[in-house]
Amino acid sequence: MRSRSAAGTPPRPGSRPWRRRPFSRYALLLLALVAVGGFYAGVQSSPQADAAQGASKAQIDQGRELFQTSCASCHGINGQGTSTGPSLYGAGAAAVDFQVGTGRMPLSQPGAQAHSKAPRFTQAQIDAIAAYIQSLSGGPDIPRGVDQKYSDADLAAGGQLFRANCMQCHNFAGEGGALSNGKYAPALTTSTSTHMYEAMLTGPENMPVFSDQTLTPDEKLSIIKYVKTIKSDPNPGGHGLGRIGPVSEGLVAWLVGIGVCVVAAMWITAKKKQED
Amino acid sequence: MQDPTKKLLAGTGKALDDRFGGAAGLKKQMKKLFPDHWSFMLGEIALYSFVVLLLTGVFLTFFFKPSMQEVVYHGSYANLDGLRMSEAYKSTIDLSFDVRGGLLMRQIHHWAALLFVAAIMVHMMRIFFTGAFRKPREVNWLIGITLFTLAMLEGFAGYTLPDDLLSGVGLRIFVSVVFEAIPIVGTYLLFFTFGGPFPDGLQGDFIPRLFIVHVLLVPGILLALIGAHMLIMWHQKHTVWASRKQTNRNTVGFPFFPHFIAKTTAFFMFVFGALALLATFAQINPIWMYGPYNPVDVTAGAQPDWYIGILEGGLRIMPGVESVFLGHTIPWNTLIPALIVPGLLFTFMALYPFFEKWATGDNSEHHVLNRPRNVPTRTGIGVAWLAAYMILLIAGGNDIIAKTFSLSFNTITWIFRFAIFLGPVIAFVVTKRICIGLQRKEEHLLHEGVETGVIKRLPTGGYEETTRTPSPELLGRLETNRPDVPEDMPALTDGRGVEARNGIVKRLRVSAQRWYTQDNVARGAHGDGHAEERGEVEPGAQRPELTGGRTSD
Ligand code: HEC
Ligand code: HEC
Ligand code: HEM
Repeated sequence: MRSRSAAGTPPRPGSRPWRRRPFSRYALLLLALVAVGGFYAGVQSSPQADAAQGASKAQIDQGRELFQTSCASCHGINGQGTSTGPSLYGAGAAAVDFQVGTGRMPLSQPGAQAHSKAPRFTQAQIDAIAAYIQSLSGGPDIPRGVDQKYSDADLAAGGQLFRANCMQCHNFAGEGGALSNGKYAPALTTSTSTHMYEAMLTGPENMPVFSDQTLTPDEKLSIIKYVKTIKSDPNPGGHGLGRIGPVSEGLVAWLVGIGVCVVAAMWITAKKKQED
Repeated sequence: MQDPTKKLLAGTGKALDDRFGGAAGLKKQMKKLFPDHWSFMLGEIALYSFVVLLLTGVFLTFFFKPSMQEVVYHGSYANLDGLRMSEAYKSTIDLSFDVRGGLLMRQIHHWAALLFVAAIMVHMMRIFFTGAFRKPREVNWLIGITLFTLAMLEGFAGYTLPDDLLSGVGLRIFVSVVFEAIPIVGTYLLFFTFGGPFPDGLQGDFIPRLFIVHVLLVPGILLALIGAHMLIMWHQKHTVWASRKQTNRNTVGFPFFPHFIAKTTAFFMFVFGALALLATFAQINPIWMYGPYNPVDVTAGAQPDWYIGILEGGLRIMPGVESVFLGHTIPWNTLIPALIVPGLLFTFMALYPFFEKWATGDNSEHHVLNRPRNVPTRTGIGVAWLAAYMILLIAGGNDIIAKTFSLSFNTITWIFRFAIFLGPVIAFVVTKRICIGLQRKEEHLLHEGVETGVIKRLPTGGYEETTRTPSPELLGRLETNRPDVPEDMPALTDGRGVEARNGIVKRLRVSAQRWYTQDNVARGAHGDGHAEERGEVEPGAQRPELTGGRTSD
């Protein structure tokens, strides 16, 4: 069902030992060539541009049908919006793929924010709805091939960009964080690379839109690479304590540190128990 | 021990004694008695964490470069490859990934820092709740509060050294609070400390200066104060828990040598071991993920170490208030939570022994500890203080709480805004009630005996549970020192034993004194009658007297 998320397992970031090998120079050259080629390809078509042609009439029809049964109650019969759901004109296929693919839509219960859950539709159905919405009035299209492209991106630059653009809401390790009024930025640890790209492109809820002017496609890919890498990186210092920073560290210092030492103190000073 | 060794040792000992003397004195010191109760080891957790901090800190100084020089990273941590960063940050990354044992040392050092301050705090609680701060130990109490404050400062300085994102954010707040918020003087202070405004002043001078503060200045003062703390403690001898053997004129316990030294050495190993295990299995301060400091970056969940949490919490729940005075903006929203409130909390604790002395008129020496329940007002004050501290501390993590429990950030902040005023009051009232309840239960025990669970049939046909007299240990504990008001409180009574009424201070003092003692269950009151009554009277109602004086008003 979730074909894309299965393919989304990150490739090992194997650049460290590998770079020191002798053949690495040739490989690097090759890589550079590929990168240059990729760059030209990218100039002509950023990942989301090369999709729309694929949509056939049949697919759009299927999408309209699905939309009218599952989404129209809130978004209006033609996606024009109602009092219970915003207009989807201009939202684009990327927004649909993200919203439905992460299970946020169809919205099950109104609340501060739509939560991600297991998706209700197959990827083929999602693509159909996406094609339908796209056919209405355009918008950002589903980015293709993100899984293959991001592994070549610049890791350290991605880290820098992640810290500058995403960390204030999603925490330094992508573990998520609270926003005002019961809203929150979710953890990024389970997001697929395509959904990550789409999130940046469409800015769901409180998240800002990162258009290609703000973050170029390459920069988006490097952010994805960084998030995927730190997610799979082991914690060199032991247990990560949820990677949320000093709060969990302080808790451990008190509960474990003070706890263990006090028990030791009791043990060392223990006398034979006397009856009261 | 084999004979030659013994001879050698004895010979050396004698040789030393011949030259420096002091054998007799030393022998006496070796026999100093140490009490044998776990609560007396809490201070040692702090002491040994400090030793661990010194040891690991020295290791870190070999590799850490206190410099703001900008360099490009090409070390073994690929996620940062090619980035510009300060030498301080780079050297800490190198310490973590390229120095053998470096990460372990860093982690032991940081865990020890957290444990150090935590241990100081629990140690302080034990001193407070048992009344160990009373005459003649007020000076050591003051030294202790100073140590607590310096430990916070030292920790903050260390936390700032690596120049990572999180520490930079913390420093930025610190600068705006301490330097920019203090009207007029602040800006000048800032200039002298940093050699310029933040963050430019950081470029050159700040980290090197902070480094000296962290590895030399504050540790030096800490070491001296800890030394004084120990010497005074040694000289005054320990306080002791009440028991039948115990009076105010003797001490009970085990001699320093060999008993105590064996135990305390074992305990040092324990603390060191616990820290080493923590550092091996639990990651702390992963600065490689925080990234180098960059003034425009922030992360969700940017918190300081726990001991700075009360400042963070105050800042987070304080509504924005500013006023302009003579052309200077006074930012109350930072001044109050970061300087005034913590200042009050710590000053209150520092002055508490003197306040209590004033309030109770008790000016005599005390070496036997109070059980917290026997001094309900003090215990209540202590718990209220802790409540205030805890509320501020927890408020510092309001975003993590919001996320973890899926609550609204704003609701939580409002809850804390109320809690900081109500929490301490509730804590005081509840604690005092509990103390009095415990007193009453003990009074019952003392007079009715310990219930055995054995039911006896009476000749009259009824049933009765047999009781036995409490064991001597229990009696020793029960019968002690519930502080009644001293008979002679000269300030409160005039020559004829009539309460002096003139002067607001005196009247205040009379109320304070009542506040401390009137709710205590009377010693020797039998069972439920009288004692119940004392515990339960509502404020303002006619009360039986403890003082022997007149109830005023
Ligand atoms: C119960 C009402 C409801 C239903 C049913 C529902 N939605 Fe939504 N939808 C909302 C609301 C409310 C929002 C805006 C809040 C949010 O994004 O969480 C939204 C937002 C969206 C967005 C994002 C709009 C943007 O500008 O980025 C998309 C795309 C979307 N929905 C698609 C769908 C699709 C496709 C379906 C059917 C599979 C669907 N929705 C079903 C209520 C609903
Ligand atoms: C202002 C805060 C904010 C910033 C900045 C921000 N996000 Fe988000 N992000 C959010 C919120 C809020 C959501 C949840 C939206 C929803 O539930 O509809 C979200 C959702 C996401 C998701 C979807 C997670 C899932 O459930 O699969 C991804 C991926 C994501 N963001 C990536 C990013 C990246 C990458 C950046 C930086 C380029 C970024 N975000 C910057 C607030 C933010
Ligand atoms: C009461 C004593 C001390 C406390 C509370 C304390 C606390 C800290 C803290 C919290 C850090 C940050 C560590 C990290 O990056 O995770 C630190 C770093 C450091 N400390 Fe200390 N410290 C103390 C004593 C010392 C002493 C005595 C020395 C040296 C003689 C020292 C040397 C260092 C050095 C060089 C660093 C920076 C290296 C690094 O961050 O990895 N510290 N300290």
